Amino acid sequence: MGYERQADFGTPEVRSDQEVTCFIDGREVSVPAGTTVMRAAALTGGSIPKLCATDNLRQFGSCRLCLVEIDGMRGTPASCTTPVAEGMKVHTQTPRLQKLRKGVMELYISDHPLDCLTCSANNDCELQDQAAAVGLRDVRFGYEGENHLGAPTDTSNPYFDFDPSKCIVCSRCVRACDEVQGTFALTIEGRGFGSKVSAGLASDDYFSSECVSCGACVQACPTATLQEKAVKEIGKPERAVVTTCAYCGVGCTFRAEMRGEQLVRMVPWKDGKANRGHSCVKGRFAWGYAQHQERILSPMIRESIDQPWREVNWEEALTYTANEINRIRDQYGRNALGGITSSRCTNEETFLVQKLIRAGFGTNNVDTCARVCHSPTGYGLKTTFGTSAGTQDFDSVEDSDVVLVIGANPTDGHPVFASRMKRRLRQGAKLIVIDPRRTDLVRSPHIAADYHLPLRPGTNVAVLTALAHVIVTEGLADEAFIRERCDWDEYQHWAEFVSAERNSPEFLAPVTGVEADAIRGAARLYASGGNGAIYYGLGVTEHSQGSSTVMAIANLAMATGNIGRRGVGVNPLRGQNNVQGACDMGSFPHELSGYRHVSDAATRALFEAEWGVAIDPEPGLRIPNMLDAATDGTFKAIYIQGEDILQSDPDTKHVAAGLAAMECVIVHDLFLNETANYAHVFLPGSTFLEKNGTFTNAERRIQPVRKVMEPINGYEDWQVTQELARAIGLDWNYTHPSEIMDEIARLTPTFTGVNYKRLDAEGSLQWPVNDKAPDGSPIMHVDGFVRGRGKFVVTDYVPTDERTGPRFPLLLTTGRILSQYNVGAQTRRTANSVWHEEDLLEIHPTDAENRGVKSGDWVRLASRSGETTLRAHVTDRVAPGVVYTTFHHPATQANVVTTDYSDWATNCPEYKVTAVQITPSNGPSDWQEDYEAQATLSRRIEGTAMEPAE
Amino acid sequence: MSGQTVEKLAYMANQIARNMTFDATPAASIAEHITAFWTPVMIDMLLAQSNAGLDPLAAEAMAKVAAARAHAG
Ligand code: SF4
Ligand code: SF4
Ligand code: SF4
Ligand code: FES
Repeated sequence: MGYERQADFGTPEVRSDQEVTCFIDGREVSVPAGTTVMRAAALTGGSIPKLCATDNLRQFGSCRLCLVEIDGMRGTPASCTTPVAEGMKVHTQTPRLQKLRKGVMELYISDHPLDCLTCSANNDCELQDQAAAVGLRDVRFGYEGENHLGAPTDTSNPYFDFDPSKCIVCSRCVRACDEVQGTFALTIEGRGFGSKVSAGLASDDYFSSECVSCGACVQACPTATLQEKAVKEIGKPERAVVTTCAYCGVGCTFRAEMRGEQLVRMVPWKDGKANRGHSCVKGRFAWGYAQHQERILSPMIRESIDQPWREVNWEEALTYTANEINRIRDQYGRNALGGITSSRCTNEETFLVQKLIRAGFGTNNVDTCARVCHSPTGYGLKTTFGTSAGTQDFDSVEDSDVVLVIGANPTDGHPVFASRMKRRLRQGAKLIVIDPRRTDLVRSPHIAADYHLPLRPGTNVAVLTALAHVIVTEGLADEAFIRERCDWDEYQHWAEFVSAERNSPEFLAPVTGVEADAIRGAARLYASGGNGAIYYGLGVTEHSQGSSTVMAIANLAMATGNIGRRGVGVNPLRGQNNVQGACDMGSFPHELSGYRHVSDAATRALFEAEWGVAIDPEPGLRIPNMLDAATDGTFKAIYIQGEDILQSDPDTKHVAAGLAAMECVIVHDLFLNETANYAHVFLPGSTFLEKNGTFTNAERRIQPVRKVMEPINGYEDWQVTQELARAIGLDWNYTHPSEIMDEIARLTPTFTGVNYKRLDAEGSLQWPVNDKAPDGSPIMHVDGFVRGRGKFVVTDYVPTDERTGPRFPLLLTTGRILSQYNVGAQTRRTANSVWHEEDLLEIHPTDAENRGVKSGDWVRLASRSGETTLRAHVTDRVAPGVVYTTFHHPATQANVVTTDYSDWATNCPEYKVTAVQITPSNGPSDWQEDYEAQATLSRRIEGTAMEPAE
Repeated sequence: MSGQTVEKLAYMANQIARNMTFDATPAASIAEHITAFWTPVMIDMLLAQSNAGLDPLAAEAMAKVAAARAHAG
């Protein structure tokens, strides 16, 4: 396949029930009313020259290149701003138009360097294309006089350059930043010929501006003014493969643009239904880790963790591992074995890992890192609605009137969805933010939250119950909806509970720290402001009442009838790219794929027939229980694919002790991660660029992941799992992940209609895809709840046992930032680190002053579990009494401090609340120093000088 | 470093009980929850200790779990 840019229809698609028919150069075309002449022409296969128009931005009408003649209309209107009318006859190529366009083009070119042949955008430049299209051969105006040709290039962004000498001031970049990204970082400075693009203040370069490096402006630029550095370094791409981002649960799709085996750039795919042509800095630019020198390419083994690693070939590694697994099973029994699937890996890989553990190891001791993030979502939404997943697609937000965001920081965690949400907010939708911290969303350009409820960490349930109290006692509940769709008796039981005085906003104010009036206002707005949609994140789930909070959210949506149509719903914003998929694939110890309990004999029979082995009818161990059992000496071996539990799980010391107590820890990953310090076998993993498979995003959208280059470690991850299975005696013979998906479809009722052929043809499918929903399910619970009647669950506020006191007077809560991803194994190995060199502790000025702490100082952060040190950042984003940090860097070890308290229903750890004390410090803690020494020792590889620096 | 101690399991059972107190049939629901999510080893470990420190509601639920297990054989 040769390289072509994605088709550009010039102006955005219009939604309309009315069709209009017109004639473009004699060709008849019918389009939705409101469509521009430019788009209609493009749809007939023709193309009208253009510079300032592109189809993901609103029409602007500034370049005057797109002029056309229309019968019965005077002059030469711009086709990008003229809507078609019934019977309209348009001429796009006439001698008069040619002359006009040539003149316009000449003016542009006269202020543009004529070094096309040596320009990095040669043959991939719209200006060049359009100059050719209008037949421009020479320029009459000459280059003397004022021009911008000497302007210096701004190279401050690590991924793209800005060379103003090539700028034609079409303002596509400015509009992309405003309309698509919503950051408003760019402006056109000056007027007329002196005008130029600027990143904020005249003195600002891109890096020091508000720019978040999403790349939208680069994509929009029709010239080489804004261009990826990689194109300059590697050259123009030669082919493109559509694939899915492996970072977050938004699931943006990209064209991986390749030159030979080298990836030149990732360009957001306009047909991607999750991202609609947008991206964030991670997916767009931060893929360099795939080729990072620290990637481990050879399998390694060692008998004990104080030995250096020994590089071996695949066969030796697999034989050694299989022998260990068999030995441990014979010696301690099958329940001494277990494994962890990864939310970063594909559905097919995850399915195989849990199959290996259930069918090969013979135990249900399989869990997934979703345990530490969204397990309460699964439990809560299954209990109330009947399905462990969000209810909407992302497009739905376009119809929301009130958006309620709780415990989520979408501009950092889910940036591309945040941009779509912000676009809707700028159009006038109302916003309620419930978060201890003043997140960016609370106030950003042209957006201000109508209510920000800055609650004390750990009081989500109290706040949600208080909201419910107002809705019920003020008669704002949607009784018709409830009677029709929910269990009325359960509703009444719940309504009585929430109506009690002890659940009123006034009564709870001392607990939540939120003013009663604000809660009352927010409740009224959500209940009566039109379509109300709730979006939530880890600030909801990672609490001792995580599951209760999810159910409290579901209660609110049911009570107000905000479920089952566009614009409403309950939407978990998933952390990792395939959290939804990992959960769907049967990664939990009590469930087979499709959320069916292992105790269900009929489901087991299905799997037993397909796999030819008996499945244990009892649930297996969860991650924390595996670690406990290891410390007790009853759990001995674990296969961990693509997860770093030592860094990502709470109470690091407890995890370390559990891992150290095991006899065989098998880590299958890209890098020697922190968990690998305790491993006996290291199996090199492959990146998403090197494998085929599917990811499922937060909208339940199953999307293809396509191999764009051969795995440099030799195998795709599913192949490694298959080889391991074969080494322990299983007869697996998959030749392609599509066969694994076929097996998933045979065994999982919500996936019956899913296969690779359809995914290739349709781009993506949203489960359930089956006889009842042959084309998938963008929105769930449309005609009724999956469980039958919606279930109201009483969620009593139970304070966490993690309390502040004189020794630990502050509450620590944790989060993430835009440029880094989770434990940072990938993003830290890219230039994204320029935005976040270290984890910082945010502390309120009053608390800082009381402790003599200034921004930039080292502080000691101590809790009952342990202590660490990091630098302070004094800010009033956090309330007095609350401190905040991220957990992207291993040196910080923020989880040394977090406790092992967890959600009552799922044991999802309580990351979001830890009582701590802050004191000035002058350097790393003892644990950090010991840990660093142990890590360095543990990473030695025999015969190499390699001691990877973390 | 503590492992799978009875205290920890009792803490878990009590925590579940505190969160299901307002259920229409709390003891039965708690018992169902524990049976659905705990391994038999964990359940047996907690049942084996008569004075594990269970709150009354959790104790009532565990009695139900024990009865169901005895019944199932
Ligand atoms: S990269 Fe994104 S945020 Fe930065 S200026 Fe361009 S559009 Fe705006
Ligand atoms: S930088 Fe590119 S997109 Fe922006 S005004 Fe200049 S030419 Fe247009
Ligand atoms: S928003 Fe998420 S899925 Fe999209 S590019 Fe960024 S990290 Fe990737
Ligand atoms: S493309 Fe129509 S005015 Fe520029």
